[in-house]
Amino acid sequence: MIGAQTGRFAKIRYRLGASWLSLWLGGFITLCLFATAILSYFWTPHSVARMNMRARLQAPSLDHLLGTDHFGRDILSLLMIGSQSALKIGIVAVAIGLVLGVLLGLAATARGGWFEELAMRASDLLFAFPVVLLAIMLAATFGPGSVTSMIAIGVHNIPIFARLTRGGAKSILAREFVMASRVAGRSSSYIAALHVLPNVLNILVVQATISFAIAILADAALGYLGLGTQPPTPTWGRMLKDAQSFLSQSPYLAIFPGLAIAFTVLGLNLFGDALRDLLDPRSSQGR
Amino acid sequence: MSISHQASAVLSVEDLSVRYRLPRRSLFAAPEWFAAVTGATFSVGKGASLALVGESGSGKSSLAKAVMGLEPASAGAIRLFGQDLASLSANELRELRRRFQMVFQDPYSSLDPRHSIQRIVIEPLRDVARTEARERAAEVLSHVGLGVNDLGKYPHQFSGGQRQRIAIARALVTKPDLIVADEPVSALDVSVQAQVLNLMQDLQAQYGMAYLFISHDLAVVEYLCEDVVVLYRGRVVEIGKTREVMKDPAHPYTQELVNAMPRLGGGKRRPAAKQQVKAGSPDENANATGACPYMSRCPRAAEVCRVAPSLRALGNGRSVACHLS
Repeated sequence: MIGAQTGRFAKIRYRLGASWLSLWLGGFITLCLFATAILSYFWTPHSVARMNMRARLQAPSLDHLLGTDHFGRDILSLLMIGSQSALKIGIVAVAIGLVLGVLLGLAATARGGWFEELAMRASDLLFAFPVVLLAIMLAATFGPGSVTSMIAIGVHNIPIFARLTRGGAKSILAREFVMASRVAGRSSSYIAALHVLPNVLNILVVQATISFAIAILADAALGYLGLGTQPPTPTWGRMLKDAQSFLSQSPYLAIFPGLAIAFTVLGLNLFGDALRDLLDPRSSQGR
Repeated sequence: MSISHQASAVLSVEDLSVRYRLPRRSLFAAPEWFAAVTGATFSVGKGASLALVGESGSGKSSLAKAVMGLEPASAGAIRLFGQDLASLSANELRELRRRFQMVFQDPYSSLDPRHSIQRIVIEPLRDVARTEARERAAEVLSHVGLGVNDLGKYPHQFSGGQRQRIAIARALVTKPDLIVADEPVSALDVSVQAQVLNLMQDLQAQYGMAYLFISHDLAVVEYLCEDVVVLYRGRVVEIGKTREVMKDPAHPYTQELVNAMPRLGGGKRRPAAKQQVKAGSPDENANATGACPYMSRCPRAAEVCRVAPSLRALGNGRSVACHLS
């Protein structure tokens, strides 16, 4: 009796598996991130615009749950506001790279020949171009700021997604079900949209979550050079950078933004993993 | 059906050649070509079944792809229902496609893992309303021994034999006049092979479509097809009624194939089985030197074989490309 019970329980757990834990945990962290960003538009524990020199570099306390920075600003409030730009940059940069990259990759595979060659060499060229250089170029033209940095990171993402899509698409196109679709009289656009894209979606989802995290870090790096999101808008990247100078006096300054980035990346990756599993009919039984 | 050209032929292939471009040896080297099929001529009558047999690399699949319009012919013509495949526009070809369908070799690769069975089976139905398409899908699935419940399932929930039935259902859904089957049972267990072959035979009796059946297994061909075309290195070496070709193969290569068939009762092997088959790879230069492509492996090779033989009729619909038989 007990054996049967545990057997059934094990079966259910096996079926729902690790993917459900990822879905809940990743989904929860991602949801928290969005909720924090939205909340920060209306309320933060302290104002981040006001400096308080008497309360600088404090350790966590009841008043300042995560301590204060070198201007005496509340770290928790800064992190909350920072989540806004983290989300914006992640979403926009990934969207630019994903949409343009996937279109480019699919078009290159579908057309083939000189077009494919040209598109892939062009994306190689773009890929070889450091994101910082691209951002400097864009900043020189349009002025530095978060939009410039989003576009620079987004453009830098294009070849990554284009290559990934093309690689995946090539292997899918070699499968017999694509030939079967052509024999059935289906057009290239039908094959691209209904056979190729669904089958490369899983790698794209995973790459998107990784690129999201990288975009946040890249914006921080650009901020370091004064090319990213400009002060006084707080970003996690710049908080981390500022913390460098005070690492010996107040390590909390680096720990909390670091944790925020780490948890965001972890949450998004878990969520992306779970999403990939959910999108695969092979892993959802009994449908 | 006879092998000669007929007005009623569903498919007629005339002097067909298919070639592939090889990668250049260097940037400035002239492009080189690999001739996959050279000068193949045969036809399939309405409701008939013709087998293409040959070893790996004999050009069977290239021929099938050319017939399906997936690979352009470099020379010769393919006529489907009297229409020249090369002269059709993309739209006309797409319209015509509902009349000839294909079953692929590997049922694990020929069904998209992300599409439901319904979506897979109705794929060739392009301008049909959803509800009607669903009815047609349910109908053909019942013909191949699957049920309406299976419409919502996904390929991973089926075994190899069931998957091949689904692939057959997909080919059947437009009620085609010709089904090209590229080694449809060679990826299946032997026990399942018989099931699928029986099914294909029953469906032919029911729907009356013609089969172009590609195989390397003469036992399978003997079971399903009345006529056979033997290919070697992209050339037709023998054509005839399957029964006669099996009983008395005229071309030394066909003899080799027939002797290679596993048989029950070792004592019944033919005397011809004792003939030595020379080990050796097919002569790569045969096409260039103009010799018989089988010469390097042929136990009977003689001086005349330095000039490639052309197909000559032996009577009764039988032809062979060999000087010595």
